[in-house]
Amino acid sequence: MSVTATMLPVVARPRRRVSFRAAFGLGALLLIGGSAVFAPQLAPWDPARQMLTKRLRPPMWQARGLREHPLGTDHLGRDILSRILHGGRISLGVGLTAVTLSALIGVTLGLLAGFFGGRADALIMRIVDVFLAIPYILLAMGVVFALGPSLLNVILVMGATRWVQFARIVRADVLSIREREFVAGARARGNRPLRLLLRHVLPNALTPIIVVATLELAFMIIYESALSFLGLGVQPPTPTWGWMLADGRNYVATAWWLATFPGLAIMLTVLAVNLLGDWLRDTLDPRLKV
Amino acid sequence: MALLSVEGLRTQFATGAGTVRAVDGVSFAIERGEVLGLVGESGCGKSVTSLSIMRLVPPPGQIVAGRIRLEGEDLLDKDAEAMRRVRGARIAMVFQEPMTSLNPVFTIGDQIAAAVLAHEGGRRRAAWDRAVEMLDQVQVPSPGERARDYPHQLSGGLRQRAMIALALAPGPQLLIADEPTTALDVTIQAQILDLLRRLQAERGMAVLLITHDLGVVAELCHRVAIIYAGRIVEMAPVARIFEEPLHPYTRGLLRCLPHPSRFGQPLSSIEGAPPDLRGADAGCPFAPRCPLAIESCRRHEPALAERRPGHFVACPVAVV
Amino acid sequence: MVGYVGRRLLQSLGVLLGVSVIVFGLLHLTGDPTRLLLPLEAREEDVRQLRALLGLDDPLWVQYGRFLARAVRGDFGLSFKHQVPALALIFQTLPATLQLTAAGLGLALVVAVPAGILSALKRNSLLDALCSVGVLLGQAMPVYWLGLLLIMVFAVGLGWFPAAGRDGWTSIVLPATALGAFSMARIARMARSGMLEVLAQDYVRTARAAGIRTFVVTYKYALKNAAIPLVTIIGLEFGILLGGAVITETIFAWPGVGRLAVDAIFSRDYPLVQAIVAVLATLFVVINLVIDLVYTYLDPRIVYVRSAR
Repeated sequence: MSVTATMLPVVARPRRRVSFRAAFGLGALLLIGGSAVFAPQLAPWDPARQMLTKRLRPPMWQARGLREHPLGTDHLGRDILSRILHGGRISLGVGLTAVTLSALIGVTLGLLAGFFGGRADALIMRIVDVFLAIPYILLAMGVVFALGPSLLNVILVMGATRWVQFARIVRADVLSIREREFVAGARARGNRPLRLLLRHVLPNALTPIIVVATLELAFMIIYESALSFLGLGVQPPTPTWGWMLADGRNYVATAWWLATFPGLAIMLTVLAVNLLGDWLRDTLDPRLKV
Repeated sequence: MALLSVEGLRTQFATGAGTVRAVDGVSFAIERGEVLGLVGESGCGKSVTSLSIMRLVPPPGQIVAGRIRLEGEDLLDKDAEAMRRVRGARIAMVFQEPMTSLNPVFTIGDQIAAAVLAHEGGRRRAAWDRAVEMLDQVQVPSPGERARDYPHQLSGGLRQRAMIALALAPGPQLLIADEPTTALDVTIQAQILDLLRRLQAERGMAVLLITHDLGVVAELCHRVAIIYAGRIVEMAPVARIFEEPLHPYTRGLLRCLPHPSRFGQPLSSIEGAPPDLRGADAGCPFAPRCPLAIESCRRHEPALAERRPGHFVACPVAVV
Repeated sequence: MVGYVGRRLLQSLGVLLGVSVIVFGLLHLTGDPTRLLLPLEAREEDVRQLRALLGLDDPLWVQYGRFLARAVRGDFGLSFKHQVPALALIFQTLPATLQLTAAGLGLALVVAVPAGILSALKRNSLLDALCSVGVLLGQAMPVYWLGLLLIMVFAVGLGWFPAAGRDGWTSIVLPATALGAFSMARIARMARSGMLEVLAQDYVRTARAAGIRTFVVTYKYALKNAAIPLVTIIGLEFGILLGGAVITETIFAWPGVGRLAVDAIFSRDYPLVQAIVAVLATLFVVINLVIDLVYTYLDPRIVYVRSAR
């Protein structure tokens, strides 16, 4: 979380007024984040509690719907609203940690490639190409299946397959920063390469990193749910949006709410993060197109 | 009748931070075969004036008042298609940056031929031949081969020659050249100026030369209009401007005229900064920087008046 | 130009070599591949036999060399589950996947390119607003959810299209839409911003100042320039679509490589998984190579710039 703290000064000098879109994105994200953090307090039911007498109840505004289950219940009689609130913890938590991990990998490799150039650069960029070529979802599925689907493995695999964007953008930025005078100056003063990287080059590459991180977060949320949906995410009984969708898949003909609400939650979260990311990009670095 | 006459032109940009009055009541005329220089610092409205004449002011800019008459016809009355037929064919334009002003993904020949086809129709083959001929006229060596080159394959000087060929291919009566040599090396600048002078004389074409470089003006122009804050402050035959400038701003410019060896460098070093064009204050826009300003300068905007035959000045305190 | 193509080919081969390392590594993730290959309840004797059979007692680099030598010849071994060469299985299912991917990409392009260009030309119009809402939703909707929604509405609810399978042209409509939606949003967005960028360029002003017709300026000049970034993302987009096909095929029971892959992973059919990852990666590399060459045709600067580097 210390990363966030250093990010703030940069975010705090927007050149444009906050647009409606950005405000909507930020508002929705705070709402979703808040309800994820406070899910245990907010959720009306224990998300794992099965009430077989109340199976497959529709949302409360439909006939047979129950007041105490606003968004209905699933095939095991679990409260959908409570499960969505708790599922947000996984989605956002896994998403944020996976982005942090992939940023760490990607930024490090990008810095090395851009700063040292030559063979290091060529090697790292070829690795980037390899990772771009491999269908990451298959790779992730294969690896998670081999290692066993656990929270940690899911995060590791997601982080290890999505660092490419960071590496590319950081490398490009470092290449241009490297030529600027203050870096030459620091070098002339006899600074060590590592110190030069961390003190002079990295802070200047921070803006694109923040923008990419935001847009990648949206991606990771979809990615996590996809793995869950395929049965390779965080395992039950932990509720995840992807699992809920996979459950709902068997009831598309009879109980539409099972698949609809968790999907809506994913979409809203991704939309909010994307809106925020777009705004950050437009404000901080309009040249950046991912 | 003058070839082109601009009367009371006002072009404004409505921005979030207020309306920018980029061109604020500009009037001048160009005779057939005449070269008029429009001189000022960057941001004074000289480029917007030229884009207004072409009716190519980018949004949110808008021409809000004035007449622009080409051989008596008001260009501001023309519909889009009629205006298109004026552009290129009767008034053509050469821009400052030959690198970005040519399309990188088409050959030079294609682009010149497209300008010919747009006005004269006919076969592509004929248009291509004309393109090659034009490149020859602007003294591009081996024009047949260069026509097949892309802009990035040419040097800066050749690119600007190609740009001129593109502008002149449909045979315009008036060429607007917006800082045509600013982006070039000094030696290339001289060649391009020579070329422009020769083409102007051969074709009897009128030229409106937009520049911040008084050296270029001395080389090429018959008459000069000095523009400041979207207004013309002084207009006179070129010799008069250099020998006996009247407006304090013009004098300031000439005092900072660099030594001939440093021609082509931007002007500077008049005290103070160019004004904020959003201001709607009364009074002479130059008053805050003017060494001669008196109280009435800040209250009444001076009108352009003919103080000597052919010599117009917008300054009541100018020493005549 | 020839030098460039040669270098680019060599580079692609390098990438494929890297892919082979990862594909090989997939089997050695847990240290002992027999644990992945055999059911958990396998007898000790079977484990020993398999180790000998696969040469797992050799040094790793010898094993890799052997793997590579066979892979180059297209030999990834027999599928455990189906007991036929893995590559043969892939070639049976690949046409279905290519068909789906092509339909998804085609749909995305046909909708997104005109939509993006029109919104750029009619900036801030109602059409532009609608497009940007569509783009935002398209980018936020995961393919598996969109797929389920489409099934609920158009298969279960309205009964217009089948919910699953590959049987006649109607069966491809829903999966192609679900698969293409995300790309559609991205392409529309790129097309719009690319077009806006091009329209603001000096050379567009030059063309207009030369009196060239607006129609020609827009559809000949600007379009060719705006197409350049689009062509590059189409290559990457294809990779994304191949990944998305894994999920789409699962939802719609589309008999393609993606479904084969999911099935292979869950049945520990590792030779098949390896072969699929290798084939899809190769496909991606080849397509991007082709696109790069198209790119040099579109943008004459590129050979120059890249050779200079």
